[in-house]
Amino acid sequence: MGIHLYRIDDRLIHGQVVVGWGQPLNARFLVLVDDLVASSDWEKELYRMAVPPEMEIFFADVATATRDHAKYAADPRPGILITGDIDGMLRLAKGVKAIGSVNIGGVHYRAGRGEKLRYVFLTPAEEQLLRALEGSGVEVTAQDVPSARAVPLAEVLDGESK
Amino acid sequence: MSKGMPGTHTPRGIVIGHGEFAAGLVSAVDQICGMAGKLVSLSIRGLTPEDIETAIQEELARTGARVIFTDLPAGSATLAARRLVRNDLGLMLVSGVNLATLLDFVFNTEASPEDAARSAAERGKASLIVIERS
Repeated sequence: MGIHLYRIDDRLIHGQVVVGWGQPLNARFLVLVDDLVASSDWEKELYRMAVPPEMEIFFADVATATRDHAKYAADPRPGILITGDIDGMLRLAKGVKAIGSVNIGGVHYRAGRGEKLRYVFLTPAEEQLLRALEGSGVEVTAQDVPSARAVPLAEVLDGESK
Repeated sequence: MSKGMPGTHTPRGIVIGHGEFAAGLVSAVDQICGMAGKLVSLSIRGLTPEDIETAIQEELARTGARVIFTDLPAGSATLAARRLVRNDLGLMLVSGVNLATLLDFVFNTEASPEDAARSAAERGKASLIVIERS
């Protein structure tokens, strides 16, 4: 079992993750990798209360997630790992060679970001980070919900699918 | 009915959720009792967590509403609303809203927003029933 989905999603834990992906994957644990959340008891409690009782949630900063990844991967239950931004996932992937694929689930509009897909907006710097992630041997696709098509990174970046 | 009711068009609650959920619920309230003016609907579609928080804050400031209704306890609208409730004494959040909840709320004009929200939540919970052939 272990981690079935590595996802970049700026909403972190929300309906698409808990229900949209959590149900079909039968996810029983979530790993929320975010330096800010991991350092705040209030933020951790906020997200803890957002997950259903049958799901366990772990909080970690990138360094801790890198150190503890083998433990998550060995968990007999199916799980989902989420980072809130591309940089966090890239830093994690640099330290964890076992990550084979990454799902871009939601990077929403912000000043300086251009639209690539309905749910993916990127700055030029973020595009470079995604290229670096793929260049490190990780398959990168965008897919907001399981029923949608997984859009390969090259297609995401050329913006033709939006 | 709504035209004759005082304050019908003064929003007391903000409904926010995924897709067209909020607009649909408010539309249903209007079809049933013509009191959609008591509510404001928002969608989280395409919004970042920060955008959601800002959108709710703007509607709270614009309307003076003190109750936020969200669709899913695990949803980003609920998380954004919980951040606002944390810093605003008297602001209420009702998560898991349904049509029965909103109907109770819009008719409960004599109660304070807080009491109306508590009553509405109870009505909403009680409206969920399972019927099967015995």
